[in-house]
Amino acid sequence: MSKWIDVCHIDDLQPDSGVCALVEGRQIAIFYLPRLNAVYAIGNFDPFSEANVLSRGMVGDLGGQLMLASPMYKQHFNLQTGICFEDAAISVPAYPARIDNDRVAIRMSE
Amino acid sequence: MNTKQTLVVIGNGMVGQHFLTKLVESAAKDHFHIVTFCEEPRAAYDRVHLSEYFTGKSAEDLSLVSADFFAEHGIEIHLGDKAATIDRQQKQVTSAKGVVIRYDKLVLATGSYPFVPPVPGHERAQCLVYRTIEDLEAIKAAAENSKIGTVVGGGLLGLEAAKALTDLGLETHVVEFAPRLMAVQLDDGGGAMLRHKIQALGVKVHLNKNTSLIDDGEQCLHKMNFADGEVLETDLILFSAGIRPRDDIARACGLEIGPRGGIVIDNQCKTSDPHIYAIGECALWNGQIFGLVAPGYTMARTVAADLSGTEASFTGADMSTKLKLMGVDVASIGDAHARTQGAMVYTYQNGSREIYKRLVVSQDKKQLLGAVLVGEASGYSTLLQYCLNGIELPENPDALILPQRSDESVGLGPDALPASAQICSCHDVSKGQICGAIEAGCTTIGQLKSATKAASGCGGCAPLLKSVLDCELIKLGVEVSTDICEHFPHTRQDLYNLIMVEQIKTFDDLLDKHGRGLGCEVCKQAVGSILASYWNDYILEKPHIGLQDTNDTYLANMQKDGTYSVVPRVTGGEITPDGLIALGQVAKKYGLYTKITGGQRVDLFGARVEQLPLIWNELIEAGFESGHAYGKSLRTVKSCVGSTWCRFGIDDSVGLAIELENRYKGLRAPHKIKFAVSGCTRECAEAQGKDIGVIATENGWNLYVCGNGGMKPRHADLFATNLDKATLIKYIDRVLIFYVRTAARLQRTSVWMENMEGGLDYLKAVILEDRLGLADELEQQMQHVIDTYQCEWKTTLQDEQKLKRFRHFVNSDQADDNVVFVEERGQVRPANVEERKHFKLIEEAA
Ligand code: SRM
Ligand SMILES: Cc1cc2nc3c(=O)[nH]c(=O)nc-3n(C[C@H](O)[C@H](O)[C@H](O)COP(=O)(O)OP(=O)(O)OC[C@H]3O[C@@H](n4cnc5c(N)ncnc54)[C@H](O)[C@@H]3O)c2cc1C
Ligand code: SF4
Ligand code: FES
Repeated sequence: MSKWIDVCHIDDLQPDSGVCALVEGRQIAIFYLPRLNAVYAIGNFDPFSEANVLSRGMVGDLGGQLMLASPMYKQHFNLQTGICFEDAAISVPAYPARIDNDRVAIRMSE
Repeated sequence: MNTKQTLVVIGNGMVGQHFLTKLVESAAKDHFHIVTFCEEPRAAYDRVHLSEYFTGKSAEDLSLVSADFFAEHGIEIHLGDKAATIDRQQKQVTSAKGVVIRYDKLVLATGSYPFVPPVPGHERAQCLVYRTIEDLEAIKAAAENSKIGTVVGGGLLGLEAAKALTDLGLETHVVEFAPRLMAVQLDDGGGAMLRHKIQALGVKVHLNKNTSLIDDGEQCLHKMNFADGEVLETDLILFSAGIRPRDDIARACGLEIGPRGGIVIDNQCKTSDPHIYAIGECALWNGQIFGLVAPGYTMARTVAADLSGTEASFTGADMSTKLKLMGVDVASIGDAHARTQGAMVYTYQNGSREIYKRLVVSQDKKQLLGAVLVGEASGYSTLLQYCLNGIELPENPDALILPQRSDESVGLGPDALPASAQICSCHDVSKGQICGAIEAGCTTIGQLKSATKAASGCGGCAPLLKSVLDCELIKLGVEVSTDICEHFPHTRQDLYNLIMVEQIKTFDDLLDKHGRGLGCEVCKQAVGSILASYWNDYILEKPHIGLQDTNDTYLANMQKDGTYSVVPRVTGGEITPDGLIALGQVAKKYGLYTKITGGQRVDLFGARVEQLPLIWNELIEAGFESGHAYGKSLRTVKSCVGSTWCRFGIDDSVGLAIELENRYKGLRAPHKIKFAVSGCTRECAEAQGKDIGVIATENGWNLYVCGNGGMKPRHADLFATNLDKATLIKYIDRVLIFYVRTAARLQRTSVWMENMEGGLDYLKAVILEDRLGLADELEQQMQHVIDTYQCEWKTTLQDEQKLKRFRHFVNSDQADDNVVFVEERGQVRPANVEERKHFKLIEEAA
């Protein structure tokens, strides 16, 4: 089963950029794209550098897919699936995320 | 009889059985008493044709062993009993049922198991795998009360399983993680054609899907939730997401295991223990697992020969495959992905007949390296012959896949750098390899990165890689795009002009007027830098936040473990004893590693995000400001000691260095800018290796421009001589702003100069003679930057809203527990992977 977990207020987010949240012991990078009025959530751990830094990367799109560029070695990850653009065998977890009544929530499995 | 040695074989699958058959035919037969453990309830059967179990074959039909085989050869078989442990000291195997056998030689033929991704919910009822007869029985039973079936995994086995599900009458879906089907064997084009054909047969294919959760469905038993938010309801799930070698008992007894699993073997199939062999899918040879039966059989023969004292070795195997998947011909030969150095590719695609063919040939076009055939595989055998026997290809290799011959050929011009030149030192990639990948179809840095790994380490070779790419593409007749990225059909210089002429103040505005999509880290950083150079706003203003790379966002330099380094400005390298003490106190208080940099200042490493504002605050109180070590901006102005102390000094190099650094600090540019000032021609400050270098003479200052240290050192050019200070500064103002306006993204002044039409003479004409009539404008723009300078640390500290960002978690005060330090030479440093594991264990134990 899964559930929506309230994480923070929308003002805690950074426009076109990321923050990291601690949700049930997991580090989750949350990105806010005002142009799409949407939030996206993926794991904060960068599998390439093995550091918790993905929330500090830059967001945008590549070839029509939403992406996050790791701040460390610049690999790109799909914001919706967590799959790495450069190596499809590598991915980070991706979580459904939403803005509801100015609150940001993440859906996690139990 | 008791002189016989005991040979134990663990696993009676296809390869284990083949080994027994070969052994009893060999000379070794009389030397061994043979014992085999067979975990499954029946002896070996034909797994390759397992699917035929659904189309009417029985377990007996599939059996590979005649009823009396074991009795006839005196082989002791323990059916339905699993070998549980191996004791290598005592040389004995103990089974799950408690049987203990001492061995002289041991053969591991434990095969592999289907990998089930650890998706929450994977253990639910009717979530199955496809490997044994028992698995198939379970699938059959589940299918009876199911309407929809889903296979997770679009590889060879997954598609075979999908066929089985359609045969069982289910609406069938295939969910694949990768962007194409049969990712191992096929290239993108082949995968796309296969998908098209399979979908036409009614199977629904979902690519790029990462299952994040399986829970209760509404219409069906399960609901699969994908990471992209989509869902799929299904009654039955078959995991076919690859195989993993069964190396657990080998691992437990300390045999060498590959980093990603598999029992390591040599050419004789011996493991790290000379008494133990491993064969089949559990064995790892030369870093490779062979998921096909033929290589396993070769290994089995090798061991049988070795045990009979005959020379034999396993030296790899051909993994070519041809099969009919749901009626679609698919074949993959050799190096289908063109990974061989220098490989060239020919592709033929016939949309109306739904045929896709690709040939991979050696650089000299003489050898066939690989092929992919989808929709029509009649040429398979011929091509396989060319490939395996190294038969020389006809003059136009594409004739082999084309319905008609074509005369086109790809030509290559001479290279400036030799092919052996190393471009990427992290991954040891030569120019030859890069050219090979370009020929194989790479046209972007991204593709080259995936194909060759170049520039995927430290990234330092990226500019060089780009220039090789551009040069090769031009040679290949491909038009080289100078667009900054896919979001703007413009160069950096164009963007600069657009921003200047239209007085654009934000990235969003520029994107709306001149771009498309959302932008990426390339255009965002470039535009962020242009806006900062031109308007000189505080870079963390709301519209600019997303344009900054992490270093600029946190006004510090990210280190390998996610902590930051802090570099306060030490103008000209001059620092008071009190300043030094203050730095030492701050470092001590926050436990920072300190180092003198190559830029004549002090770097404080290991600060956590949440410590940055505290550290800045103390530094600012001690009279320091940001050193902009994080920005593409002015870094340092190095100085030598100069006339104040040095017995040879001609002028006050320290004084001038401080003045220049204070003047240009904060100036953002296409890349970083470094200066140095030397007090005499002995040049102790190395000014001729800097973007801007100044050397004192008897008659004033000599100005040098466009030098570079770093990866490709360049001596600066002497630009103007015997200048008084006012003129010197005027010229530097002009050169810098002209550089800011006209350079490409991440172009140092050295490369800018070298690519400039007219070169040094032109630059002199623009700056010294004001050929373009721009001089005043350039000076005014510099004055604006100087007048609007701010210490970004200070600005940030004054803004509560901005400070919110400086904590690791938005919803907790905890720190990142992945940051761990150890001590070395009296200071901290990041723990390495091994050390971190160790700490974790201690923590868990506590
Ligand atoms: C700290 C320091 C090394 C040291 O301990 O001495 C250093 C450290 C870094 N250098 Fe450097 N460079 C440092 C002096 C130099 C020098 C020497 C100098 O400035 O006199 C050079 C050669 C001179 C030159 O630049 O022409 C130098 C040539 C480079 C280059 C190659 C530039 C080139 O044009 O080829 C890079 C890579 C780049 O910028 O793309 C680089 C990049 C880097 C980066 C930013 C790499 C990164 O992205 O993390 C390092 C981060 C610094 C940090 O975390 O604080 N660093 N680096 C030096 C800081 C000086 C300072 O006080 O600001
Ligand atoms: C559906 C399907 C289709 C396939 N199609 C093809 C094909 O077309 N072409 C092709 O080349 N290959 C194909 N393969 C792969 C092929 O079946 C394998 O390569 C081959 O079976 C490997 O043989 P093996 O002996 O190494 O492993 P297995 O046949 O898996 O045998 C290993 C045996 O060891 C047993 N075992 C494991 N651990 C222990 C223990 N501790 N004690 C006792 N017993 C143990 C296992 O239970 C198993 O019975 C297919 C596989 C499947 C599942
Ligand atoms: S460059 Fe000249 S003035 Fe400066 S330290 Fe060397 S010798 Fe002395
Ligand atoms: S030199 Fe190429 S990535 Fe480091």
